[in-house]
Amino acid sequence: MDARFKVGEKVRVIKAYPPGHLRTPFYIRGHTGTVERICGAFPNPEELAQMRDGLPAQPLYRVRFRQKDVWPDYQGTENDAVEIEIYQHWLEPA
Amino acid sequence: MEVSLRELLVEKGLLTEAQIRAEVENMRGRTPERGARVVARAWLDAELRKRLLENGTKACEELGLDVPALKLVVVENTPQVHNVIVCTLCSCYPRMLLGIPPDWYKSRAYRSRMVRAPREVLLEFGLQLKEDVQVRVHDSTADMRYLVLPMRPAGTEGWSEERLAALVTRDSMIGVSLAKSPGKSA
Repeated sequence: MDARFKVGEKVRVIKAYPPGHLRTPFYIRGHTGTVERICGAFPNPEELAQMRDGLPAQPLYRVRFRQKDVWPDYQGTENDAVEIEIYQHWLEPA
Repeated sequence: MEVSLRELLVEKGLLTEAQIRAEVENMRGRTPERGARVVARAWLDAELRKRLLENGTKACEELGLDVPALKLVVVENTPQVHNVIVCTLCSCYPRMLLGIPPDWYKSRAYRSRMVRAPREVLLEFGLQLKEDVQVRVHDSTADMRYLVLPMRPAGTEGWSEERLAALVTRDSMIGVSLAKSPGKSA
């Protein structure tokens, strides 16, 4: 598997709104986080939803974001985080 | 839609009603017991705990658990970090280890609020965390499934795996509560 991003690298979630089945939540699009781990490569769910085989498998990352960065009115503390699995094609270097 | 699909599968001879009934019974019969045993073993075995945190699926298989297709991420609670799981998109849940998710886990209220107001929601579950504890919400958006490894309660030194497992509740493995303390009634 050829993973484009490394653990610890800063990445930004692409701000796009394509149609169809997506596993990248709306709330995280456009936000910047840090790669926490590389989960492996999996068939692309956006393709699987269209009855295609989703191959080649796409690298999946867990990315950590600061809650204060994501939600303008976040009520918790500075260090609180949200960690999300995001497919490589939704990420760009930050 | 589920009814139409099920009836069609039966009509086409791909499945029988009896097979469906047996599988539903099988799914409903699963309890959080498997998850609780994994946690208890991790409390007793530091090496296992490390392996679970590195690769949850592999570590479970090494324990002899039959967990096909489960891609498990284990996240551990510490005095500095509290983890909680949600699936905002649907209701992904480690069914192989915990059984069927509770209704509240699948509710829109939980799914929409936990990711943006975790401390408030945790308070509604009766869990108040100090300001210096970092709250990490894990949104299981894709292929991974999550298990929280709660902190081992104080006063359990020398306890057997079985006794420890009895303290590990489903809710503590989701992250909306802590494991039970000894002395609390079961």
